[in-house]
Amino acid sequence: MKTHSEAAEVFNKDFDRTTWHDQTLFMVRQKRDKAAFQIDDWELLRETASQIKNNVLSNMHNYLLQFEENASNNGIKIHWAADAKEHNEIVYGIISDYYRGEIPVDTFKGMVKSKSMLTEECHMNEFLAEKGIEVIDTDLGERIVQLAEEPPSHIVMPCIHWKKEEIGELFHKHLGTEKGNKDPQYLTEAARQHLRDKFLTRPIALTGVNFAVAETGEFVVCTNEGNADMGAHLADVHIASMGFEKIIPQKKHLGVFLRLLARSATGQPITTYSSHFKKPRDGQQMHIVIVDNGRSTQLGREDFRNSLKCIRCAACFNTCPVYRRSGGHSYHSAVAGPIGSILAPNLDMRANADLPFASTLCGSCSNVCPVKIDIHQQLYKWRQVLVQEGYTSMSKTLAMKGMSTVLSNPSVFKFSGKVGRMLMDKLPFLVNNNMNPWYKQREMPEPPEESFRDWYKKNKK
Amino acid sequence: MKVALFIPCYIDQFYPKVGIATLQLLEKMGCEVVFPQNQTCCGQPMANSGYEHITGDCTKLFQDNFDEYDYVVSPSGSCTLHVKEHIPLKGRIYELIEFITDILKVESLEGEFKHKVGLHQSCHGQRGLHLSQMSELNAPFFSKPEQLLKNLKGLDLITLDRKDECCGFGGTFCVAEEAVSVRMGQDRLGDHLKNGTEILTGGDTSCLMHLEGIIRREKHAMKVMHIAEILNQAIS
Amino acid sequence: MSSRENILSKIKQNQPELLPLPDLSVLGSEKYDLVEKFTEILEGIGGKVLQVSDIEEIKNYIISNYPINARVISTLPAFSDNRDWQTADPHSLKDAEFLIIKGQFAVAENGAIWLTESEIGQRVAPFITQYLAIIIEKSSILPTMHQAYEEIGSIDYGFGVFLAGPSKTADIEQSLVLGAHGARGLVVFLV
Ligand code: SF4
Repeated sequence: MKTHSEAAEVFNKDFDRTTWHDQTLFMVRQKRDKAAFQIDDWELLRETASQIKNNVLSNMHNYLLQFEENASNNGIKIHWAADAKEHNEIVYGIISDYYRGEIPVDTFKGMVKSKSMLTEECHMNEFLAEKGIEVIDTDLGERIVQLAEEPPSHIVMPCIHWKKEEIGELFHKHLGTEKGNKDPQYLTEAARQHLRDKFLTRPIALTGVNFAVAETGEFVVCTNEGNADMGAHLADVHIASMGFEKIIPQKKHLGVFLRLLARSATGQPITTYSSHFKKPRDGQQMHIVIVDNGRSTQLGREDFRNSLKCIRCAACFNTCPVYRRSGGHSYHSAVAGPIGSILAPNLDMRANADLPFASTLCGSCSNVCPVKIDIHQQLYKWRQVLVQEGYTSMSKTLAMKGMSTVLSNPSVFKFSGKVGRMLMDKLPFLVNNNMNPWYKQREMPEPPEESFRDWYKKNKK
Repeated sequence: MKVALFIPCYIDQFYPKVGIATLQLLEKMGCEVVFPQNQTCCGQPMANSGYEHITGDCTKLFQDNFDEYDYVVSPSGSCTLHVKEHIPLKGRIYELIEFITDILKVESLEGEFKHKVGLHQSCHGQRGLHLSQMSELNAPFFSKPEQLLKNLKGLDLITLDRKDECCGFGGTFCVAEEAVSVRMGQDRLGDHLKNGTEILTGGDTSCLMHLEGIIRREKHAMKVMHIAEILNQAIS
Repeated sequence: MSSRENILSKIKQNQPELLPLPDLSVLGSEKYDLVEKFTEILEGIGGKVLQVSDIEEIKNYIISNYPINARVISTLPAFSDNRDWQTADPHSLKDAEFLIIKGQFAVAENGAIWLTESEIGQRVAPFITQYLAIIIEKSSILPTMHQAYEEIGSIDYGFGVFLAGPSKTADIEQSLVLGAHGARGLVVFLV
């Protein structure tokens, strides 16, 4: 697996495409600004949302019990999954039960799925495929990346890295659209027809959960396309997968989050559909799988628990100057971008040790975050943890120690040779590599005649 | 007013002129400026790389040098932020611009600087020290550096398409993520070039060093000056 | 121990000390011209808004704008006496061309309309139909989502949806296309 910087280097080889990717996402950031600035109380709304989530984190145990009780009374079956594997097994179990243990060998078994980053995190599609169950992603963007056999590169806009020519080509190959036709209207219509057929023939639908209300036992799913509803209302079985942090206390709190979510995500005033599922329809089964998969550990990390407040709006992606210029896949994690970089190390420090370093710590992410997660501070703190737990290279550690010695010893610092030379050896951004990466595309600063301290001694003392 | 100058290591070694301009500017504004001779570095390069735990000696040295002063001033937003957040001092540290606007209470400056100037907001200065309002927030506009620049005669302050995007320096990021870092710098410069910047300025020499490295490699005509140099030159 | 007990006990052990919930009463003080704001916002997200004086006007509009020989379904007696579709297999609505219903209330700030099973007849109906029309009483428009949830209060439902405009996607290079999977068009009649 490539590290973030290796993958980003490959991404940046195509200069024009990087420009396009950056500009497309920055446009979404600007739409977010425009929508947010139309609400006078925007900052108050963010603060309120943040406080609600703080309360949720502090009372998680009771809210989950309350939710379980209310949802069960509403006729929904609740399942608990400690990790990804258990989640996948539970989903498989539900499917298997539906078919009374004899899953038929025909093309109409299987499931339609609307966007659920959790199932990406759990690699559920692959798991079910191995068991012979096909999962059809029904969000247009997700369907595109699924046909291309890729993971989504963005949690809200899964195929933001694809150009319409390429999508036209892909649809020509898989859906039989006209060769060379890249008109978004035409391609979307083709996907509509293709997926309508799936909605009408698949008996099982899986959706994600945006919010689960403890007070009432209902859950809310937000989409623009209507794919979650098309799936869920036609299927005999509706499975909703949620990380336990999706819980909110009361229904009235939805008002706060629904005002923030779509404005932060795409600049829309609200998503087209904010569907409140409270009870199964007559004759339907409804299941909720509540997943931990490392979240309870994260809840115990004082410095990092705030990351669980995330409502997956992706505003931090769109504003991130590094994400925009490296693409979602360079983060090698189901959730990319700044939030992904503080979530992923919790799951696997070794595999994700590079991610907290894939940032300049500019802080824009924390400023757009609708629930005020201190993302850039957590990136900084993860760096400290990763170094102390030994997930950085020995050479970097030695360089840092060497630098620390020089910099904390004035006599060495002052007399370590010709002006500029000492720093060229010791400054962190100028070490670490045989082929100095600074110099690849940048000139080195020109060493001056004398240092400031020499000038000061001559002229002032 | 007595002021101790903190000149970060790379300014000392590569950009002494920034230190000199800072010192002269403060003197012109009536401050008595001293430079504690045993200072080196605040430890930020290590800390941002995940090595905060080995910065103890740097911190101690910093305190030994600066604890006796009420006002410590530095021409670097980034280093100032690090000291504020990580090094407890008896007095307080200020970034140069905020010291001029908030402590010396300078509302605007008289002087002349006949150039098209593009301001690069460093993220640590802006989002960290709140030297100016941030484009992400629904909050009233202000800008301390602009406040000092805008009344200078002849100075034409360039409006950028993206007024506060990061330049991509980011400490060790600039070598660890070389490709993205350079690309971010090129894009920042592209915005300045497109909008007519002749002189690129800012409050953080580290950002400027990175941008200047690209300017020189790509042979753009744009000049780079630290904001202390502009102000010092303008009011003389 | 089951996963349930494991997860819950770990959460209990790891969650921080209790923090209070914030006061929501400070939010939602926006003052809008409700009809104007609702219209502006809904049209901005692809819906069509028409002010009408009576049912006849609505009928005339539908006759002149939609293929009337296609399948039209409604929960409103003024438009259709047929109720059977409401209890039929939801898949049987796949050829529904036009659904006309009445919304409970609407929200000015975002153009959303609150619908529950009682208004939509079948859960899938407003999604599977090709075109959707919703009648809204002007007096039922509320300023923000805060008033909306107050209005919903503790009224029970099995399924409810805030619906704002026609189904849409911008997944292909951020170009907005109406009619992804749900209704291709939404017309709202304000009475
Ligand atoms: S961290 Fe904040 S900005 Fe990023 S996706 Fe989550 S809620 Fe949105």
